[in-house]
Amino acid sequence: MSSIISVANLSKTYGSGFKALKNVNLDIKRGEIFALLGPNGAGKTTLISIICGIANPSEGKVLVGGEDIQTSYRKARSLIGLVPQELHTDAFESVWATVSFSRGLFGKPKNPAHIEKVLKDLSLWDKKDNKIITLSGGMKRRVMIAKALSHEPQILFLDEPTAGVDVELRKGMWEVVRTLQQSGVTIILTTHYIEEAEEMADRIGVINKGEIVLVEDKATLMQKLGKKRLTLHLQNKIAALPESLAHYELDLCDSGATLVYDYDTKGERTGITSLLSDLRTAGIRFNDLDTTQSSLEDIFVDLVRAS
Amino acid sequence: MNYRAVRAIYLFEMARTWRTLFQSIVSPVVSTSLYFVVFGAAIGSRISQVEGVSYGTFIVPGLIMLSVLTQSIANASFGIYFPKFTGTIYEILSAPISYVEIVLGYVGAAATKSIILGLIILATAGLFVPLHIHHPVWMLTFLVLTAVTFSLFGFVIGIWADGFEKLQMIPMLVVTPLTFLGGSFYSIDMLPPTWRTVALLNPVVYLISGFRWSFYEIADVSVSVSIGMTLAFLVICLAVIWWIFRTGYRLKN
Repeated sequence: MSSIISVANLSKTYGSGFKALKNVNLDIKRGEIFALLGPNGAGKTTLISIICGIANPSEGKVLVGGEDIQTSYRKARSLIGLVPQELHTDAFESVWATVSFSRGLFGKPKNPAHIEKVLKDLSLWDKKDNKIITLSGGMKRRVMIAKALSHEPQILFLDEPTAGVDVELRKGMWEVVRTLQQSGVTIILTTHYIEEAEEMADRIGVINKGEIVLVEDKATLMQKLGKKRLTLHLQNKIAALPESLAHYELDLCDSGATLVYDYDTKGERTGITSLLSDLRTAGIRFNDLDTTQSSLEDIFVDLVRAS
Repeated sequence: MNYRAVRAIYLFEMARTWRTLFQSIVSPVVSTSLYFVVFGAAIGSRISQVEGVSYGTFIVPGLIMLSVLTQSIANASFGIYFPKFTGTIYEILSAPISYVEIVLGYVGAAATKSIILGLIILATAGLFVPLHIHHPVWMLTFLVLTAVTFSLFGFVIGIWADGFEKLQMIPMLVVTPLTFLGGSFYSIDMLPPTWRTVALLNPVVYLISGFRWSFYEIADVSVSVSIGMTLAFLVICLAVIWWIFRTGYRLKN
């Protein structure tokens, strides 16, 4: 897949001297859903702001659809729809007026049929004549998405799209995003909800303190960094672990009723076979066992700590 | 040129005018009518003619300018400050439009609004005093030039302001005094010589003088100087706006 966004050696230093981005390099593939994860203040919004033309870069270059965002900003920006994190709306405008305004702003001729479709897809059709100030937070968020989609962008930025949105609405929004991807739109989303990235993304980038720490296919990332945990439920409680098992670094939990063993799936040996055999030798028997895979959240926390 | 974007911004701003019709049009007309009652009828009846024109008639161009100046600044500064305040400016900045187009949309709407207002006040004045406009084309030229120039100035203030207090500060503390002292209600020839010299440092004197000349062919300074000063201020505002967008001042940093 070819890159639709290409960020090269991008840095941003604010007037205060704060370095929000440090030499960022990133490629977004056409048609993918890319999730950008990072803690608060990591530089996610700054990166999006620069790509979309809201902030000036200090150094570096960004190409959108092959067009330079500074020298060829008209072509570059017309490809992008942006849904910012904050709910910035014209409170006294109607939904229809504000969405139509966005289309005009992007230089597109009037197309009521398209606006109607966007509003219907986002379940806003029956609110089209309402003033934005009368809408709930979740509806305002959808109005922001409708504005971004009004000019038929090829790329959609969703900056924390489901912050403060209830579970049902969040799932609805995921549906919308998937449908958009199927229609060929490339989607870049930032999120705090790792669950969201895990659910949605094709690839994941992690940013921390202005630096890209990692970019990886979600599946590969989960596989590569995913730790597994084996939990053994013992037949009889034990007071302490025998010496012969010390090198497995087991945890004895539940007052001696369960044994927990963490292992790495990418290691050559997981050590499970020998552990089970050593347990039998030591006379420790178990009723049941289960294994769990670490979530993206665990991976994320590890990465951010490490960087 | 992204004409559709200019049109979208222009219509959006004009829609705001119609939505706030009372505040935008009715209230300036009411306050100007009060000026006519107080200065024209009550005080004016005690004042003999000024340079061959009755006092009530004499103050008409000054009163129109007073409204056009303050309203141009208020409209344009609010027009660009409000999206900054609410955050909706993100959309303007991320749209495929040039700075020229942004300025055309906002300043065009602000200027249109104050020109309409100026004409409404002119019509209102016609109800109170007899009016004769010697040079209608020049009158419109001065009206448009002033509206555009001060809308540009208002745009600059709107970008510069980072709070509602600052937004009000320049219009309240600088523009209103300059307008009152700029010969709205008197000819600067009526001032003592020292104050007359001081008054000539006030740019508003040139605007009002030129505008009044287009009505009655009486002026404090020559018409070409009036035009020259207005154009000079226009160029200064354009230069400041060019600088603002080139550096991203208070917009992109």
